[in-house]
Amino acid sequence: MSESNSVEKRILESLKSKFGESILEDGWEGALAPKRIKTFASREKIVEVAQAIKELGFDQVISQGGTDYPKDDIFKVNYHLIAVDNEELKPIILSLATKLPRNDPKMSTLTNVWRSAEFHEQETFENFGIFFEGHPRMERLLLPEDWDDIPPLRKEFTLPGR
Amino acid sequence: MEVVERQGDYLTMSVGPQHPGSGHMRLIVTVDGDIIVKVKPDPGYVHRGAEKMCEVRTYIQNIPHLERPVIIDSCGILFAYVLAAEELIGVQPPPRAQYIRIIMAELNRIISHMYWLSIYGIFMGHSTMFMWPMGDRELFIDLAASIGGTRVTFSYFIPGGVRNDIPPGFKEKALKTFDYFVKRLKEYEKIYFNNPLVLKRTQGVGVFKREDAISLGVTGPNLRASGVASDTRKDEPYSMYDTIDFDIPTYREGDSYSRAWVRLEEMRESMKIIRQAIDKMEAGPVKQPMRGQIKGKVGEAFARTEAARGTMFYHIVSDGGKFPYRVKISVPSFRNLIAMSHLLEGNRLADMPVIYWGLDYWPVEADR
Repeated sequence: MSESNSVEKRILESLKSKFGESILEDGWEGALAPKRIKTFASREKIVEVAQAIKELGFDQVISQGGTDYPKDDIFKVNYHLIAVDNEELKPIILSLATKLPRNDPKMSTLTNVWRSAEFHEQETFENFGIFFEGHPRMERLLLPEDWDDIPPLRKEFTLPGR
Repeated sequence: MEVVERQGDYLTMSVGPQHPGSGHMRLIVTVDGDIIVKVKPDPGYVHRGAEKMCEVRTYIQNIPHLERPVIIDSCGILFAYVLAAEELIGVQPPPRAQYIRIIMAELNRIISHMYWLSIYGIFMGHSTMFMWPMGDRELFIDLAASIGGTRVTFSYFIPGGVRNDIPPGFKEKALKTFDYFVKRLKEYEKIYFNNPLVLKRTQGVGVFKREDAISLGVTGPNLRASGVASDTRKDEPYSMYDTIDFDIPTYREGDSYSRAWVRLEEMRESMKIIRQAIDKMEAGPVKQPMRGQIKGKVGEAFARTEAARGTMFYHIVSDGGKFPYRVKISVPSFRNLIAMSHLLEGNRLADMPVIYWGLDYWPVEADR
């Protein structure tokens, strides 16, 4: 590992010492790139891991979204975190991912860790049907009130005429 | 405005979705007399499913529709997409293209801030401030159009570079515009920023505390007006921003007045950046030639850039096909929306237009 990403390496190592190998989804090599850190947590552990990441200095959720993998029968949920108030961490984007079974798409909300996750989680809820337990307002945001189809970003929802 | 319900002393009204100036979004406002007690934003009136549309179009076909959500800052919204797509496709833009991208992104920042400034004038009943920036904005649109070919939607950034080189004589034309505009900004300060009416209506109105701005996830000029020097161009320099010398205007007060100042100062910095970019640019190709069907490698990429309204973020997942498997767009307006209720609650209804537009919330961008 080169000198240039020593901060990234230090952060990943500190998370690894707390939560073990489970924090690495694609192994050590896949988890680090210059200015990028990729971490993984099971849905049971995600609040705990998120808390630890916040304590390291990542103070904002820049993005949160889901991806549908019908072949593997899972949803993947990604939180992307940045630090706007920490000089050392400013260049880094940390991704925290988790996997949810498609027949039980539920997980704890991370709004208690980062308030900035609130609207993002609402958007993921309406677009994928993933339910965030403990979210203050688990309701529609962008979709029409009378939307009665399946959540539109699931892969089985196809655009009419395509 | 339309009355939704009455509960004792409280009155709940619907502001929007067709109200003058805001664009297509609604705020459900509960007032006690003229004090705002509760605000619930209701976006989504111009949601067109841009993320789903990305899944049935190629990396190149996605470019024109992705800039539609915010046409006055079309290069700003596209920049991060192109960077993430380049990582997946595996191309690198030549240095000249990277400088031209900076020029276009900064021109768009000025165009967007000018639009914002003139509408801010309208919101305060200051019609001179509507006329001046709208007129001067045309000069920058002309500059951008001479490069991109159209007035606002250029589809100019492509994976591997930019569509075409800048025209001959661009430097002279740009410098002439900048010389004029630097003087003009001083006049803006005089007539607008030091105007007793504007001062009264914006100073101390809608104050955003530093820690609240950070925890709510606010971004861009709104965050910098609250004393956080966060700007992707400095934090994680992309393109050629690390070779350019510029400042990030930051204010501590966090009120509507400082949010306006940040944007005014940013226009000065943008001109500084373009001047340097023109000088540093060396002759050379402006795009990497690509042949055949463009496909992304299996994996994911994420990139962020600083658009006019704040940090633009894209997360693209590729399954190796010609279409992206999933594109997640995180736009600054959507992240700034959460601030609306926080800032409006406790203020007077009469301050609502100033606070609302002071955040530079762009409904179409937020809805995607």
